[in-house]
Amino acid sequence: MSAVGAPSGVALGADRVAPMPAPPTGMWWRQLRRLKWGVGAGIVLLVIVLAAVLAPWISPHDPLVVDIRHRLAPPAWMTGGTQEHPLGTDQIGRDLLSRVIYGGRVSLIVGVSSVLLSSTIGILLGLAAGYFGGKVDWIIMTVVNVVLTFPFVLLALAVIAVLGPSLPNMIAVLGIAGWPIYTRVIRAETLALKEREFVTAGRALGMSHLRLIFRQILPNLVSAGVVIATLQVAQVIVLESFLSFLGLGVQPPIPAWGNMLGEGRVYMLNSWWIAAFPGAAIFVTTLVINLMGNALRDWLDPHMKL
Amino acid sequence: MRRYIARQIVQLVVVIFGISILSFGILHVIGDPVLLLLPQNAGKEEFERYRHLLGLDRPLYMQYWSFASRAVQGDFGQSWYGNAPAFRLVIERMPPTIYLTLAGLLVALLIALPLGTIAALKRHSFVDTLCTMVAVAGQALPIFWLGIMLIIVFAVQLRLLPASGYGTWQHFLMPSFCLGAALAPITMRLVRSGLIEVMSMDYIKTARAKGMLEWRVVVKHAFRNACIPVITVLGLQFGQLLGGAIITETVFAWPGVATLTVDSIRNQDFPVVQCAVVLLALLIVAVNLLVDILVGFIDPRVRAGV
Repeated sequence: MSAVGAPSGVALGADRVAPMPAPPTGMWWRQLRRLKWGVGAGIVLLVIVLAAVLAPWISPHDPLVVDIRHRLAPPAWMTGGTQEHPLGTDQIGRDLLSRVIYGGRVSLIVGVSSVLLSSTIGILLGLAAGYFGGKVDWIIMTVVNVVLTFPFVLLALAVIAVLGPSLPNMIAVLGIAGWPIYTRVIRAETLALKEREFVTAGRALGMSHLRLIFRQILPNLVSAGVVIATLQVAQVIVLESFLSFLGLGVQPPIPAWGNMLGEGRVYMLNSWWIAAFPGAAIFVTTLVINLMGNALRDWLDPHMKL
Repeated sequence: MRRYIARQIVQLVVVIFGISILSFGILHVIGDPVLLLLPQNAGKEEFERYRHLLGLDRPLYMQYWSFASRAVQGDFGQSWYGNAPAFRLVIERMPPTIYLTLAGLLVALLIALPLGTIAALKRHSFVDTLCTMVAVAGQALPIFWLGIMLIIVFAVQLRLLPASGYGTWQHFLMPSFCLGAALAPITMRLVRSGLIEVMSMDYIKTARAKGMLEWRVVVKHAFRNACIPVITVLGLQFGQLLGGAIITETVFAWPGVATLTVDSIRNQDFPVVQCAVVLLALLIVAVNLLVDILVGFIDPRVRAGV
């Protein structure tokens, strides 16, 4: 793994890494072409994120307005469907398209915030375990093994059962349950990095542990962290929707893909669209995030073992 | 070999201890059982009386000790809801969960082994690309949505299979496919990468040089070694497989531990939740240990602790 380079503006000379020569523009294009799947996925993801952010302006209806006369209307292309509700309506006549657009907000907020939480915990512990070794390493890795033994779902279910379902609780649970994967990877990388010359040199210059960890080692772990975090966002979104699907996550009437799917399940005998579209939204979102994560890994470091 | 198993068992004990603390902590540290048991309007003295009655005013380590010493004997207390020992309730629901998990594993192998082998032997061919695409899509597919879509198509529209329930082999088809589809992508990738690595080894060249038929080279020589990473990772993934089974069960109303757990969470029946969590975790730990020992038998390098 090549040194990514310490942040600029660092006082000590040893912190600075010689800048890599910028690749000629032709290579950029070739790389982009090679990563066409990742780029395409990135564009789709951007559309999804924009739709969620701009939901109040672009969604055709208010996602909470009940219109009992037009309940269970099928999508526009089916007989009985109207252009007014392109994806149809649900059991109490709320516009499905608007609800799917708004539902993305919950998934993205939960996905990003719990990943921020879990990556912070996981990376810090991984650095500590790898750098200090010995007892610190043993304790941290034992906890990692315990948490990894537990199915993520089971842990989340058990904690939500006690805390009660709500958005902040869910972010906390998913954030706290997801850290071991970062710790494992970061620890392994740290173990290798701390033997490298630039760290030894830093130590010889009398740098403190904190400085060595955060200024010398951490910058080289950014790409690994970014790739795991990206892939984890997809995982968390699926879990969040599962919890909401069970009624243990975001509570109705707030539209979330999971709870829409859960409500739609009751009506699947004659109105399949209520369950189908939110689920498709989850599928597409996780798919493009995974594709982007894989492309990021290939781009940043093709030899990364994840 | 003896030392290898001994090391595994020490780790097992540590992990079990961790799990017991985790499941104790979920109820006693994060939540307050008395708050859950008593009605909202109960007076302060009432709370104190119940706290004393349940032994919750003792120091935490003493509470843990009494929890753990009873749990070791299989006594997790009475269900607050069903008026039966929690342990018995959970054990009764164990077989369907185990059958479903095994069936899912079988489906995953039936999909992954042939596809992974073809993809490895015909690298960069059409089949290989197709397999990669299916794998990426499969990893993003939320199981619970896949389950609902299967129900809509095969049970509601075509009326071929029962939508939910348990009993005949028809009941097994959709849930086990669902679970298998979730596990197949990673298994396929492992089979492919394992086989590719093995096929470039010297002993394969020797076998070919002897004039051995290609299918015999693959089946007799390559496959055995390619199996090792597959078995190891499948063993480690058992927790995730069980997590998948939890999700599948709730979709198909499968009468296993997971539906019991989710129902108990809804009813706030904590002894049952606690017992289910501990027993499932024990099952995972036991399977992991078995896999480790199995791999140790197959691969002498592992025994040496390389």
